[in-house]
Amino acid sequence: MKEIFSIRMLIKEYNGRRVLDIKELDIEEGGITGIIGPSGAGKSTLLYILNGLEKATSGEIIFDGKKLTGEPDIEVRRQMSMVFQKPTVFNMSVYDNMAYSLKLRGLPKNEIKGRVLELSKFIGIENKLRQKAVTLSGGEAQRLALARAIIHKPKVLLLDEPTANLDPANVAMIEKLILHANEEYKTTIIVITHNMFQAKRIPERLVFLLNGSIVESGETKEMFTKPKDNRTLDFIEGRMIY
Amino acid sequence: MEYFVEAFNKAISLMLSFDPELYGIIFLSLKISVIATIISTIIGLPLGAMIGLNRFWGRTALINITNTFMGMPPVVVGLVVYILLSNQMGILGSLRLLFTPIAMIIAQVMLAAPIVSGLTIVAVQGIDPLLKKTAVSLGANSFQLALLIIKEARYAIGAAVITAFGRLTAEVGAVMMVGGNIRFQTRVMTTSIALHKGMGEFQMALALGIILLLISLLINSILDMLRGGRGMGDR
Repeated sequence: MKEIFSIRMLIKEYNGRRVLDIKELDIEEGGITGIIGPSGAGKSTLLYILNGLEKATSGEIIFDGKKLTGEPDIEVRRQMSMVFQKPTVFNMSVYDNMAYSLKLRGLPKNEIKGRVLELSKFIGIENKLRQKAVTLSGGEAQRLALARAIIHKPKVLLLDEPTANLDPANVAMIEKLILHANEEYKTTIIVITHNMFQAKRIPERLVFLLNGSIVESGETKEMFTKPKDNRTLDFIEGRMIY
Repeated sequence: MEYFVEAFNKAISLMLSFDPELYGIIFLSLKISVIATIISTIIGLPLGAMIGLNRFWGRTALINITNTFMGMPPVVVGLVVYILLSNQMGILGSLRLLFTPIAMIIAQVMLAAPIVSGLTIVAVQGIDPLLKKTAVSLGANSFQLALLIIKEARYAIGAAVITAFGRLTAEVGAVMMVGGNIRFQTRVMTTSIALHKGMGEFQMALALGIILLLISLLINSILDMLRGGRGMGDR
């Protein structure tokens, strides 16, 4: 399968402190890749760099066959979306929030309306479209944030612990939406999670990051049943102390 | 206390008298302050947004200068505008604007533009950084991001404009200097109050002050209604 991201010798340093040091990582197009690892392992930094929100100190990233150098141009950025751990909604109506990325891309009003109605039904907030988004509950806001990120059918969706602090019903809904984007829109998904059940359920492949470096990566099933590194086993079984 | 009650009654009877001179003064006061607030917003809002949203060399110095100008004494502004517009020494003397409402507007813009700009800087800086990252990650370019942030900060920016307007309606030093408090031409509420106080007519001055306060209250209530009755800080 073709790679959407090819990462080589990627280094990120903050004030001389190395927080990310990835020798080699390929992300398959159209797949779901999970990133696991303890807090401070560099997971979010990796996603920020892939999304162009932060610059790497050195290294090479090839996105969809194109080498990313410096500030990624707007056309590259518009092929991706990112959802953060904290539900972030704009102080406007639910409808305008969902339509935001489509308006940015200048889509016709009818198409915007159609896509908003379809997705809002999918996530169960179709009767709240006129409501101010800031009045939604945490779970609803995160569903909205995810729907807003996939409504323009991005090539890549980057998820930074999208279900942290959510109740099981909302976790299920978010996971359903992630799978919907992957299956219906063929969106490549990279998801950071601390939830080992979720890591088992959703991604086909897993990457285990520790202190900024990849300890192990491979198919999810294999990682859980036959991990090659003892540190991976310690982490997924909750024995790692860090 | 009785003195203040009498002044309040006098203020009410003055307003109900529909005296053309009093209403002319009120109208001129509002006209000058509204025009100056609009011009100050046109200058200060984009300037404040530009400084608040971007990182560039000299930004901190620019913010410090803006903050300093926010507290500029009106008499100093009045003096500078007076010198600029003076027939004898001013580079704009040939325009013959001194002691006209235009001169008063120029002085007021010099006072209010830094207020709008400075408070806009604070407003856009107060927006959650995650919100900016979200917009960028959804594909917003620099211009679209700036528009979103201004929209997100709209209540704080609205408060900045109201603050500037409030400062202008209460301002006396600069407009007195460049307007000259000429009857039927440049006399406004504040200069009128100063005049009556100077003449020893304290109760009349107080009555005009009460009218000024009532007008301010009315305008702020209308603006609040236009914003959906949210009050100053409530989002």
